[in-house]
Amino acid sequence: MTPPGAGWPTLLYKELLRFWNVSLQTILAPVLTSLLYLLIFSHVLEANVTVFGGKVPYSAFLVPGLVMMSVLQNAFANSSSSLIQSKINGNLIFILLPPLSPLELFVAYVLGAMVRGLVVGVGVFAVTLFFSPSLLLMPHPFWALGFAVLGSAILGTLGLIAGIAAEKFDQISAFQNFIIMPLTFLSGVFYSIHTLPPFWQAVSHVNPFFYMIDGFRYGFFGLSDAPPLLSLAIVGGCCAALAACTLALLQSGWRLRR
Amino acid sequence: MPAAVEAVNITRSFGSVQALSGVDLAVEEGEFFGLLGPNGAGKTTLISILAGLTRADTGTARILGHDVVTDYRNARRLLGVVPQELVFDPFFTARQTLEIQSGYFGIRNNGAWIDEILHHLDLTAKAGANMRSLSGGMKRRVLVGQALVHKPPVIVLDEPTAGVDVGLRQSLWAFIRKLNRDGHTIILTTHYLEEAEALCGRIAMLKAGRVVALDTKQALLSRFAGLTVRLAAERVPAAWQARVLRREGGVHFIGLQRYAELEALLAALRTEGITIAELALQETDLEQVFLRIMGGDPGEEPDGAAAPAASGGVVIRAAGPSQGANCAPSGGSAAAPAASGGVVK
Repeated sequence: MTPPGAGWPTLLYKELLRFWNVSLQTILAPVLTSLLYLLIFSHVLEANVTVFGGKVPYSAFLVPGLVMMSVLQNAFANSSSSLIQSKINGNLIFILLPPLSPLELFVAYVLGAMVRGLVVGVGVFAVTLFFSPSLLLMPHPFWALGFAVLGSAILGTLGLIAGIAAEKFDQISAFQNFIIMPLTFLSGVFYSIHTLPPFWQAVSHVNPFFYMIDGFRYGFFGLSDAPPLLSLAIVGGCCAALAACTLALLQSGWRLRR
Repeated sequence: MPAAVEAVNITRSFGSVQALSGVDLAVEEGEFFGLLGPNGAGKTTLISILAGLTRADTGTARILGHDVVTDYRNARRLLGVVPQELVFDPFFTARQTLEIQSGYFGIRNNGAWIDEILHHLDLTAKAGANMRSLSGGMKRRVLVGQALVHKPPVIVLDEPTAGVDVGLRQSLWAFIRKLNRDGHTIILTTHYLEEAEALCGRIAMLKAGRVVALDTKQALLSRFAGLTVRLAAERVPAAWQARVLRREGGVHFIGLQRYAELEALLAALRTEGITIAELALQETDLEQVFLRIMGGDPGEEPDGAAAPAASGGVVIRAAGPSQGANCAPSGGSAAAPAASGGVVK
């Protein structure tokens, strides 16, 4: 008799194998996209945008934002696309028939999403180092790592929620285009929120994605728009709340077990 | 000793559709059990409830005494299900598919059993092929393999031979029979009633979400024992009108209790000068039992099932104007049914 909880490592392995088998699409393509963002935005805006009072060049400022955006988007894409593909293809049954608990499903899907997000993030960071090698000398690497891990966990969890709720691919696209993309783009990836008018600064402060990216950037420069501890508390709180909601959804069997 | 599968007063509805209405069922360990019913009868819903894929509105289901909801870990560990839909994960090979499924049950280093499964399902040569490249029959066999990978004592096969060619079907049944001989409990749903008749010891029939028959195969067959005569003629002798089960154009279906009655029917036809255009005889088989229980008639053909003559009966066609006295078996080699005393099945 196998012990309880022995099945999730295989589900994690399956999740990793799934995106690794199509790494051209799941890893290299987002790295290339981020590189294009960096080339275009830094070329166009370098001379026109001042961030952190001119203490940090814009191209260097942009890199952590792009790395974190890649981490977040790919973490979301991994869990959401895996689940919706399994639903549409009908092979979700292979995961529902074994004695995998809701916690095991959650851990495996979210860890798989985190690994994909972090692998892409490392890829983007490695490529962008060619343009800003000084970023390797980040003052607070563990802060950066902590925010990357928490951010990927949050987006992996959101992807899992989207995958559970969606019954068609276009519902995942809607979730991505109408929720994830706006929250990401309006979070300070490409700018410091201090350059925004007061109203939009206030709006940014209720966007949890802002705290993920701002906290991540703190690790690189020791400078941030919000106090890093506040960002950590908000991001950690969001992660815990979303995890609790997702576990409850999995426990209920909603949209998974009819 | 707990039953291999026990369902107690299971109900389930989907919106206004009542899929199951108080199903009670017990399958003992080691049985080869058939679960039959027309499309929409509730077979797959019942299986889904046993497997934890669907939750019952009321009632309880247990696998070897373990409740499928409150003790789902043990219940699922003891159950293997071959789903009806031909589903697969396109990212993996056949062997990877089996290894991953084994891992979900927490079983690693399961290579020897996976090799045996691949061998018995005639998949060894295709073990390294991506699932996408396999034929429908091969994908179906991988599905069977996935259900067996954790060596479950109870195996549910939901129409496992749909789309599988005859040769592979035979090898699949040989393997499933071996598993049954080794002590595994098998629950089978199929639309091929001859399969159920050949394999199953006990059979439950579901109709509109209810169990309408539950008995041994022999008891079900004897409940409707007898013969059906399919007679194409202008009319039926007056004394035999009450024995007509139904009519289809110029074809009359007449029920007989035993072969000896056929002589009396033929005599009545001769006496009244009725010309036989065609005459076919069939013993009661599971298909006829199924059709009678489901409210149809033995001559009906569900899902393209064979006509009586084609499924083991003997056909006698008119040989000339006075054929009442000149009947000949259609095959030419078999004796007339009344004289031979039986129809070769």
